[in-house]
Amino acid sequence: MSNTNVETFYDDYVIRGFSVMAVVWGVVGMLMGVIIAAQLAFPELNLGMAWTSFGRLRPLHTNLVIFAFGGCALFATSYYVVQRTSQVKLAFPLLARYTFWGYQAVIIAAIITLPMGYTQAKEYAELEWPIDLLLLVVWIMYATVFFGTIAQRKIKHIYVANWFYGAFILVVALLHIVNSASIPAEWGKSYSAYAGVQDAMIQWWYGHNAVGFFLTAGFLGMMYYFVPKQAERPVYSYRLSIVHFWGLIFTYMWAGSHHLHYTALPDWTQSVGMVLSLILLAPSWGGMINGMMTMSGAWHKLRDDPILRFLIVSLSFYGMSTFEGPMMAIKTVNALSHFTDWTIGHVHSGALGWVGFVSMGSLYFLIPRLWGMKQMYSKKAIELHFWLATIGVVLYITAMWISGVTAGLMWRAINDDGTLTYTFVESVKAMHPFYVIRMIGGMLYVSGMIIMLWNVIKTVQMGQAARARIPATAIAAHA
Amino acid sequence: MSDFTSAFWPYFISAIVIGGIVFCMALLLLTSKSHDAAHTGESTGHVYDEDIIEMNNPMPKWWMWMFVITCVFGVVYLILYPGLGTWSGKLGWTQVKQYQQEVKESNERIAPIYAKYAGMPAEEVAKDAKAMAIGERLFMNNCSQCHGSDAQGSRGFPNLTDKDWLYGGAPETIAQTITHGRNGMMPPMAAAVGNADDVKNVAHYVLSLSDSQHDTNRAALGKEKFAACAACHGVDGKGNTAIGAPNLSDDIWLHGAGEAAIIERINHGKNNQMPAQGSRFTPEQIHVLAAYVWRFSNGEAAK
Repeated sequence: MSNTNVETFYDDYVIRGFSVMAVVWGVVGMLMGVIIAAQLAFPELNLGMAWTSFGRLRPLHTNLVIFAFGGCALFATSYYVVQRTSQVKLAFPLLARYTFWGYQAVIIAAIITLPMGYTQAKEYAELEWPIDLLLLVVWIMYATVFFGTIAQRKIKHIYVANWFYGAFILVVALLHIVNSASIPAEWGKSYSAYAGVQDAMIQWWYGHNAVGFFLTAGFLGMMYYFVPKQAERPVYSYRLSIVHFWGLIFTYMWAGSHHLHYTALPDWTQSVGMVLSLILLAPSWGGMINGMMTMSGAWHKLRDDPILRFLIVSLSFYGMSTFEGPMMAIKTVNALSHFTDWTIGHVHSGALGWVGFVSMGSLYFLIPRLWGMKQMYSKKAIELHFWLATIGVVLYITAMWISGVTAGLMWRAINDDGTLTYTFVESVKAMHPFYVIRMIGGMLYVSGMIIMLWNVIKTVQMGQAARARIPATAIAAHA
Repeated sequence: MSDFTSAFWPYFISAIVIGGIVFCMALLLLTSKSHDAAHTGESTGHVYDEDIIEMNNPMPKWWMWMFVITCVFGVVYLILYPGLGTWSGKLGWTQVKQYQQEVKESNERIAPIYAKYAGMPAEEVAKDAKAMAIGERLFMNNCSQCHGSDAQGSRGFPNLTDKDWLYGGAPETIAQTITHGRNGMMPPMAAAVGNADDVKNVAHYVLSLSDSQHDTNRAALGKEKFAACAACHGVDGKGNTAIGAPNLSDDIWLHGAGEAAIIERINHGKNNQMPAQGSRFTPEQIHVLAAYVWRFSNGEAAK
C-alpha cells in the first residue's frame, strides 16, 4: 500500500535544488562576465595578479554561465518535464540526487581550478581530466535517470520536448568523451589526444555542437513545454517538430568547421561546414515558428504576463541569432567577422537573449509550483527583471556589432601603396567606447538576475516544498 | 591529395553530405505529404500533462521553400567548390590560389607607385617626402611592434636612430637585414675566459672600453683574458659588422648595461633573432623602407 502511495507523487526533490542553483550560478557567472567586460575596457582591473587576470576569469565566466547556470536550468526543467509529460515519477530517484551533488561538485571544482590556471586550453572544455571524468560519471547517471523515466512512461507518445532533451543528453556525452580525450601527465595537467589541425577540428566540432546541443536542443526542449503551458495554447505543428528536429540533429553535427575558415583546415572541410551551416537555417527556424505560432490566439496575454514575454522574446532572439549564424558561416562574411567582436555579439544574442530569457521564463513558471505557490512573490520584480534584461541585451549586442564591424573594416582598409590604413592599436581605440557600453549592458543584465534571486528567495521562504500528485487518470489508465 | 589517409574517406564524406541533404529534402517532402487531409486546426490527438495539446498544422510554405532553397544552394556550391571528398569543384578554387591571386593583384596595383623609386639610390629616396610617407606607413605597420613607434627600440630590440649598427648601416645592408632577417649568436664564453673571478675581470675591462664606471685593477687583470672575446669583438672591442658582433666601446648596451648584465652575457651567451620580412614585401617596397630606416641616423645627409 505504502508503495502505491509513493508512486502517486512526482519526485521533485532535486528539481528544487537545481532550479535554485541555476539562479545562484546565474548571478555569479554573469557577475564574472561583467568583471571581465570591465577588464577589457579598463585593463588595470586585472589587478596585476595571475588569478584575477582576464585569461583565467574568462573561462570561469563561460563555464559558469553555460554549464552552471544553463546546465542547472536544463537539469531542473528536464527532470520536471520528463515526469509531467510521461506521467510517471523519476526513475532511479537516488541517482537523480547524485547527479545534483555530482554536478555541483564539478562546478565548485571549476571555480577552484580555473583561476589557479589549470586548463586543457580548449574553449568551453577547459576543465582538467579528473574533473572531466567526474562530469562523465554524472552525465551517465543523468542519462540513466532521464531515459529510464522515458522507458517507464504512461503516455504512449514521447513528447517533442523529450526528443530535444534526449538528443541534448546523448550528444553532449559523445562530445565530451571525444573532445576531452587526453593523455594525463599529472593530476592537473594533460595533453590532447589529437594533434595539429585535427585537434582544432575536433575542438570546433565540439565547440559548435556545444552550442547546437547544449545551448539549442536542450533549451528547445524547455521551450516546447513551458511556452504552451504558460500560453495555455496547443503546440502549433507536430509535423513541423519532426522535420525541424531531425534536420537540426543532422546538420548541426557538420557545421563546426565554419569556425576554421581560411586556416590549415582542408578546403573541402571548410566548404562542407559552410554548406551545412546554411542548410541549418530552416531547421533552426522551425523551432522558432512552432513556438511563435503556439502563441496564436494568446498574443494579448503578453500585455500583462511578463513570464510569457520572457519566453517570446527568447524565441525572437533565437530566430535572430540562428539567422545571423549561417550568414557568418559564409566564407566572405566570415572573412570580415572572424576575430572581431561581431562573434562575441552573436554568441551573446544567443546566450543572453535566447538561453537566458527562456531559462528565466521557465524558472519563473517552475519555482512557485515547486514550493506550492500560485505565482512568484513579486510580479512587479519579474516586470523589472524583464526590462533590465531586455535593455541589457540590446546594449550588449549592438555595441558588439558596431565594435566588430568597425574593427573588421579597419583591419582590411588598405592604402594605395599597399600599407594598412590603420595600425592595430587604432582599431583598439575605436573599440573602446563600445567596450564600455557592453559593460553597462552586462551590468543591467546581471542586476535583473540579482532581482530574480531576491524574488526566488522570497518565494521559497513564503512557500513550502510541495508534493505534486500524478494525475489519477494516468494511474487509472495504467492499472 | 594528402587530405585523406585512404581512398575510402572521400566516398564516405560525399555519401554523408549528399545523403544528408537528400535526407533533409525527403523528410520535408514526406512529412508535408502525409495525412493528405491535414488542414489548419487539426489536432494529432496527443495530450501531455493534462493540457498540452499537439496540433498537426501544415508547415508554413515560405519556410519549406527556404529549406529547399538552402539545400539547392548547398548542392550547387558543392559542384562549384571543393567539398565532396577529392572533388576539386568546377571552378578550381582553393584558398591558397585565392590568396596568391589577391597578393598578385595587390602587387600589380601598387607597383607603379614604387616603380618611381626603384631606380633611385636610397639616399635620394630618403629626400622624397612622398616616399618617406610611404616608408613611415610601412614601418608603423610592420616594424614598430618591436622597434617602437619612434624606432628607438628597447631592451633586446635595437635602436634604429643611432649610428651603432650591428650589421652595418648602409642602405643596401639595411635592405638585406629586412629581407633575410638576422640571427645574432654569442656562445657562452665563461669556460674560455677562465674562473668566475676572471669573468668579473673581463667584465670590468669591457666596461673600461666605453669609459663606463669600472674597477681599474680588475680591468687591467681582465685585459689579457679579453683575448677570448677579441676573435669576434676585435682586439679593440669595436665589434665586427660582418658577423654582427656588437661594438663594446660605445656605451650602447642592447641587452642591459653594467657589470651584472655583462657577466650574464659572458656566462650564458645570447641568441637574438630578427625574423626575415622578405615574403611580406616586394623588393621595391623594401627599397623604400630601407631608405626610411637609413634616414633615422642620416637625417642631415637626407636634407
